[in-house]
Amino acid sequence: MAETSSLTFRPAPAGLADTVATVVVWLIALIVTAVFVWILGDIIWHGIGQISWSFLTEPPRNAGREGGIGPIIVSTLLILGVCIAVAMPLGVGTAILLAEFTSSDNLFGRLVRRSLDVLAGVPSIVFGLFGNAFFCVYLGMGFSILSGGLTLACMTLPILIRSTEEGFRSVPNEYRMGAAALGMSRTSALIHLLLPAAAPGLLVGMVLGMGRSIAETAALIFTSGYVDRMPQSLHDSGRSLSIHIFDLSMNVAGGDANAYASALVLIVILLIVNSIASWTSDRWLHKRIISL
Amino acid sequence: MSRSRSDAMLIWTLRCCAGIAGAIVLLIGGFLVIESLPALQHIGIKRFFTDASWHPSANASQGTFNLAPMLWGTLLAMSGSVLLATPLGIGSAVFCHYYAPPMVAKFYRKLIELLAGIPSVVYGFWGLVVLVPLIRQLEPPGPSLLAGIIILTIMVLPTVALMADAALANVPSHYLQGAAALGLSRWGTISGVAFPAAKSGIVTGVILQTGRAIGETMAILMVCGNVVQTPSRIFDPIRTLTANIALEMAYAVGDHRSALFVSGLILLALIVILVSAAEIHSKGHVYG
Amino acid sequence: MTSSQNGQATIPPVSQPQPDKITPAPFTIGPLEAGPPCCTPDPLIHVQNLSVHYGQKPALEELSLTINRGCITALIGPSGCGKTTFLSCLNRLTDLIAGCSVKGRIIIGEQNVRDPNIDVRALRQRVGMIFQKPNPFPLSIRKNLDLPLKEHGIKKRGEIEEIRETVLQQVGLWDEVKDRLDAPAMSLSGGQQQRLCIARAIALRPEVLLMDEPCSSLDPNSSGLIENLIRQLSQSFTVILVTHNLAQARRIADHAAMFWVTNGSGRLIEQGTTSQIFETPADAITAAYTNGRAG
Repeated sequence: MAETSSLTFRPAPAGLADTVATVVVWLIALIVTAVFVWILGDIIWHGIGQISWSFLTEPPRNAGREGGIGPIIVSTLLILGVCIAVAMPLGVGTAILLAEFTSSDNLFGRLVRRSLDVLAGVPSIVFGLFGNAFFCVYLGMGFSILSGGLTLACMTLPILIRSTEEGFRSVPNEYRMGAAALGMSRTSALIHLLLPAAAPGLLVGMVLGMGRSIAETAALIFTSGYVDRMPQSLHDSGRSLSIHIFDLSMNVAGGDANAYASALVLIVILLIVNSIASWTSDRWLHKRIISL
Repeated sequence: MSRSRSDAMLIWTLRCCAGIAGAIVLLIGGFLVIESLPALQHIGIKRFFTDASWHPSANASQGTFNLAPMLWGTLLAMSGSVLLATPLGIGSAVFCHYYAPPMVAKFYRKLIELLAGIPSVVYGFWGLVVLVPLIRQLEPPGPSLLAGIIILTIMVLPTVALMADAALANVPSHYLQGAAALGLSRWGTISGVAFPAAKSGIVTGVILQTGRAIGETMAILMVCGNVVQTPSRIFDPIRTLTANIALEMAYAVGDHRSALFVSGLILLALIVILVSAAEIHSKGHVYG
Repeated sequence: MTSSQNGQATIPPVSQPQPDKITPAPFTIGPLEAGPPCCTPDPLIHVQNLSVHYGQKPALEELSLTINRGCITALIGPSGCGKTTFLSCLNRLTDLIAGCSVKGRIIIGEQNVRDPNIDVRALRQRVGMIFQKPNPFPLSIRKNLDLPLKEHGIKKRGEIEEIRETVLQQVGLWDEVKDRLDAPAMSLSGGQQQRLCIARAIALRPEVLLMDEPCSSLDPNSSGLIENLIRQLSQSFTVILVTHNLAQARRIADHAAMFWVTNGSGRLIEQGTTSQIFETPADAITAAYTNGRAG
């Protein structure tokens, strides 16, 4: 990214503005790095001691001050599963329509794009409000993993669609022309040629969406709920890892130790997920999908 | 057109998918409006700004519903963090492109991406256990507008940094070569050539970052103290609209619940305005 | 595949001497010296008043042309004069280009190509196309050939295998790839890829082959191979060849059509047998172009 437009400058006699700018820019970089190291260091320092196999598998005891996060990890995975299962087909379908079957001046396509742009900016707490009103109350699902997963599915759709679309756009047009010239239907060109070729974009979108979902708290408080028991079905309330951290630090005095450990687990999961996404997009898409 | 039958079926399936995906925003807006209606009817828009305080109740006539302090909280925290994060973010992008050696730039960019990926609840937690005690030593009580601004700054900085980075990467290198050929200094090149060329992308980044700052909930809820008041100093605790929803939704019923949806509607409206601004500014290619 | 399968056994083959090894022994009808090889004109493709616009921008205007069965017709002219656009009209690939509008009449055999109700897939089976840049699918060599066959309802394994071997032999690729049919097509060299694309196209037994500068992205060696192949294919197919290589057009084409840009859009300025176009052109521009003085 940078290499294309960076330049080596001759060591010219620097004016005052130039010197000041250099100092300021380096200072900014140092401050940002320092803050980052501080946050991450703090969490690793305090969290690493708590982490053990039993912490990852045992249920929480004494409101989470003791015990582990076993059921919470299970709930998190279930919420994630619901989210992906719903968002995937919907998102991929939309992305295919937008990338393959819609010209840029098509009204329907433009409307869908516009509304997805807005959707991407909707604050997560608003998703929470909507999820509560629609899934929990209106559709009668109550506080449940299902409600939480569905709310997250709405939230992750924009990033999933954008990235999948990017995947399709990176497929060379020769494949489409070649398939058409051989009299192949668009459906089979899609299944046999475009979908496999666009798979990296799909993967990146899925992984970024997962990352977003794992990190989410505000949209889940009023949809999947707080219950920290092992969920028995998708209709049970389940507490996600992020809500667990929130609850331990805000509502449970003396919960900081386990909150640190849970935060460390969450960060490690996200690190893995985001590395997969960025590796895949660097390797296959040659374009970074900015996830904001 | 003479499409085969499977093609026609496929296209209709895809259209359904896109229709649903596109309708979610409308569904969200619709539900917020429907849920807000009781409050808008029983309380009225005016009372949200003129009531004596925020002491909501299930019955409109028994409570007071002044949202203004929380709107102020949201706006102050947002503007503070945007003012801080914009120079820091642009500085970060400039550092990556024009100052850092390639290895350092690569490392720094990864670091910014990592920062963008850290969940808000973790920032909030760190703010609660590290930042707030520090501010308390400086000036009690600790949980404050300042804490909120600092945490928000760290959180939204990656947005503008990554957008500015992408925009600077798209500045044609012959512009820079031209500037270098004219003997412009490094800063002269950046401020005179690179910034104007990358302006559009940077502005879009700032707009999106503002949206994030408005919508952020958990971190701000954890470090701001959540006292409903219009702050007079930077060390005063505040409550934002988002935090208010998260705090009270659990037990709100009747008109109180409805009033929370009104604040959700306000947030949604702010976001729609910002996204439209970004779209108009970047002519529809917000996410390049 | 033999020519009889295409019902084209009566078509006179090209008459030039073909010393090349991949060329089967030619049987010749008619005197060798008597003008162009397909001297019995049997019109297959009629194009009348064809105009194409991309958005507001005209690409081709008022083009009328008749193409004879069993001939190689070369389309010559400078870049951007609508030759590729013309090819895309014949198999309706223009449908895929956003903002492209086509006017005029195109008849291939008895079929009205521009009829919105025709089966485009069947049309594209009848009218195969080879692109400038070899475009094999990112699949195995085998799948590149099988996929279009299955798509057109040839599902029996034995039949597919037979066709696969026949066409690969026809393009002279069989010996090179028979032991590695499951290798990715992208691992082939450029020339091999192009021959695979030709094999893929003729596997569908088309009547017409549209070739859009099939040699231009290849080295001279592969280019020569493809050229011989085209000459050989013209015994079974009607070939329309876009080429910038005038020597090539002269060597292998029976007919030639000269395109030129006038008033910002492509037009057909002259057509005739290759010898007419190259030796006694009626149009001054054609004369200049074929002599290397224009374009």
